[in-house]
Amino acid sequence: MDFRTVGLTENEYKTILRELGRTPNETELRLFGVMWSEHCSYKSTRPLLRLFPIEGRAVVQGPGENAGVVDLGEGFGLAFKVESHNHPSAVEPYQGAATGVGGIIRDILAMGARPVASMDGLFFGDPELRKTKALRQGIVAGIGGYGNAVGVPTVGGKTVYDEAYTENPLVNAFCAGVVRLEDMVRSDTAQSGRLVVLLGAKTGRDGIAGAAFASVELAEDTSASRPQVQIGDPFAEKLLIECCLELLEKRLIDSMQDMGAAGIISSSSEIAAKSGVGMTLDLDRVPLREKGMTPWEIALSESQERMLLIVNPDRMEQVLQVAAKWALDCTVFGETTGDGRYVMKAGGAMVVDLPPAFIGGNAPIIHWPSREPRDLEERQRLEVEELSPPKDLGAVLRSLLEDPNLGSKAWISEQYDSMVQTNTVIGPGGPVSVLRVLRGDKSPVFVAFSMEADPWKCRTDPRGGGAETVARTLRSLSVCGAEPLGWTNCLNFPSPQDPEVFWEMRECVQGMADAARGLSCPVVSGNVSLYNETPQKKILPTPLVVTAGLLSDLDGFLPWSRWREGDHLFLAGMPNTALGASRYLLRTFGLLQGKILPFDAGAEQDFTARARRTAKERAARSARSLAGGGLAVALAKEAMESGIGARLDVQIPTRPDVFLFGEGGPRALYAVPPASLPLFRSIWRGSPLTELGVATGNILDVKRGFSLSLAELRDSWRR
Amino acid sequence: MRHRAEIVVTLKSGVLDIQGKAVFQSLQQLGYGELEDVRVGKVVHLLLDAPTPEKARELARGMCEDLLVNGLIEEYRISLEAAER
Repeated sequence: MDFRTVGLTENEYKTILRELGRTPNETELRLFGVMWSEHCSYKSTRPLLRLFPIEGRAVVQGPGENAGVVDLGEGFGLAFKVESHNHPSAVEPYQGAATGVGGIIRDILAMGARPVASMDGLFFGDPELRKTKALRQGIVAGIGGYGNAVGVPTVGGKTVYDEAYTENPLVNAFCAGVVRLEDMVRSDTAQSGRLVVLLGAKTGRDGIAGAAFASVELAEDTSASRPQVQIGDPFAEKLLIECCLELLEKRLIDSMQDMGAAGIISSSSEIAAKSGVGMTLDLDRVPLREKGMTPWEIALSESQERMLLIVNPDRMEQVLQVAAKWALDCTVFGETTGDGRYVMKAGGAMVVDLPPAFIGGNAPIIHWPSREPRDLEERQRLEVEELSPPKDLGAVLRSLLEDPNLGSKAWISEQYDSMVQTNTVIGPGGPVSVLRVLRGDKSPVFVAFSMEADPWKCRTDPRGGGAETVARTLRSLSVCGAEPLGWTNCLNFPSPQDPEVFWEMRECVQGMADAARGLSCPVVSGNVSLYNETPQKKILPTPLVVTAGLLSDLDGFLPWSRWREGDHLFLAGMPNTALGASRYLLRTFGLLQGKILPFDAGAEQDFTARARRTAKERAARSARSLAGGGLAVALAKEAMESGIGARLDVQIPTRPDVFLFGEGGPRALYAVPPASLPLFRSIWRGSPLTELGVATGNILDVKRGFSLSLAELRDSWRR
Repeated sequence: MRHRAEIVVTLKSGVLDIQGKAVFQSLQQLGYGELEDVRVGKVVHLLLDAPTPEKARELARGMCEDLLVNGLIEEYRISLEAAER
């Protein structure tokens, strides 16, 4: 069999020959084809990922396990991660999105954590196209269909529209779980002489070679690329969650792994490699759903709702009892050994015999050539003076509120159960989502999540855009009063074989790392999805970030959209900002151009510290950090949702459109009751602070800007 | 000329049938130990106006491809008969 048919390069094949000292058989070759695919091996991005800071006060478990874990105090931790399910969702939107949700839930479960919240980053194409509508409908229904049934609330998300995603929608699924730290599961704790056990669904030909499929560009006709579509079974997942948590609570298992991409081979070889043990697996004992499956199909199957357990033989009887109680198949199909070999048997013969560490960890790193895009200067060129200022800024604002990127996403989040488990304090629709976390008999704490992506800024200014994406999550968390703990990310890019794409990716990662270092917030987990392109179109550079923050109580939580009559409105942060790659520029002039404000660690630190103090000391009534659409859109959202207008009279320091619609940098809109003014001003003394006006009436009136009634704003927003 | 088309839609073999799995488990619990497998599908009845049976079949096939069947995971068969009146 030719190594090329399984997607290996010549160099990779030579590495295999050298290490093994023999020719691999067909089964082994197919295993390498999948395990050394981009999706499983990160062979193009490992050097880039080393740029991220991964150490911090709160970090219990950094990158490298199924999910990262941060400390929540009193012996509890928060496990979280975001992962892409882009290609499956492009082919079969409902099941692709559903199994994306199921997959990330099992990653969290594999840490020993109870999954408590999901979020989803969705990137769709031109919203007017029939194709986009069908994809969107299927993906949203798939997330709801699985998430609602499995009993994990969907508490928020991010939805982006751009024609760059028409052929290549992105689905980034996030999940967080709560774990008792003493019960946390690791994959390096298996000893020899233990049983290897399959728990959950039977194995079929689902998603055969799906991981390798995710590592090539989509063919023109997606119905022609035919790996078996994975079907999600949320009820089976619910049983799996409860069963695994019971096994952990009773301390019946030594380790476990979820079975995602590359199924049995990936999960079992990872445990063997990390624990430094050998493993012998008998594929004939794997319960199958279909007849006639070959050994490599069994080893690589991506059937959903399965977990791999490592069990002490003395406890196997009890494990079987617990599995029977939850009506799950539970089968011993191998054992860990002391000989350091990873062996698979089928039909009485040995079909695989490899060194375990070599299977997963040793794909040679590919150093793709990198080149600054030829048109970068053109992308960054923006002469604001050449743009004639719009006459009617009110019409501009209404048009921005009608932009599906900025408008209400209620029609999506209303399809999700955001309240199941009854710990959701703030659900979808705001800058952050907030969850109550119970810590046994100790007082609960509250965790806030912020999900962000700004692919337009990453296109014109990759480094600045990467930094802005990370910084935005930290600003939102700080403004609401949360102490950032750590973040996870999903790097969605086109093919790294294009030197300009690789350059953009490196710059984005560098920018993200700069912001993380500047604000002392480490990465705890992440995922990379490459080859998001079709022959016609590449996606925009799309790093997505989710950051978790801690609120010790809700007294220190500062909400948004709480204006009251007579509140004073302030802009905290620099009044001057940039139009580069802003929604305003795109929507009004059709331009995706311009540099953005460079990341300024000192200014960000200063801003986030003052913002957290403002929340903690309850010096404001309502606050919103500025993001897409700038100050004007923030004003409109606050006014609409508070049900009260405002009169603003401010000396606009630049062009009105730059002041109102510019984006970037640490800035927030505050509403302060008169009694709190001295405290609020003292907190922000020595930092840029602009008094804008007063909340009043039912018209949002900005002198020398626009004047729109709340009804007009709502009419555009809900459109 | 009117035609009655019966379309039977089933999951392709090998695709996980979670409804079939639930029915299988329930029947087993009721004591049907002889049961080996269950697959659940759906039936769609169409009443069509078309000049010939061939044309009616072609129309029904178009409807399957456009809406009734998800070709990635499902397959279908059409049976046709002349409708009275």
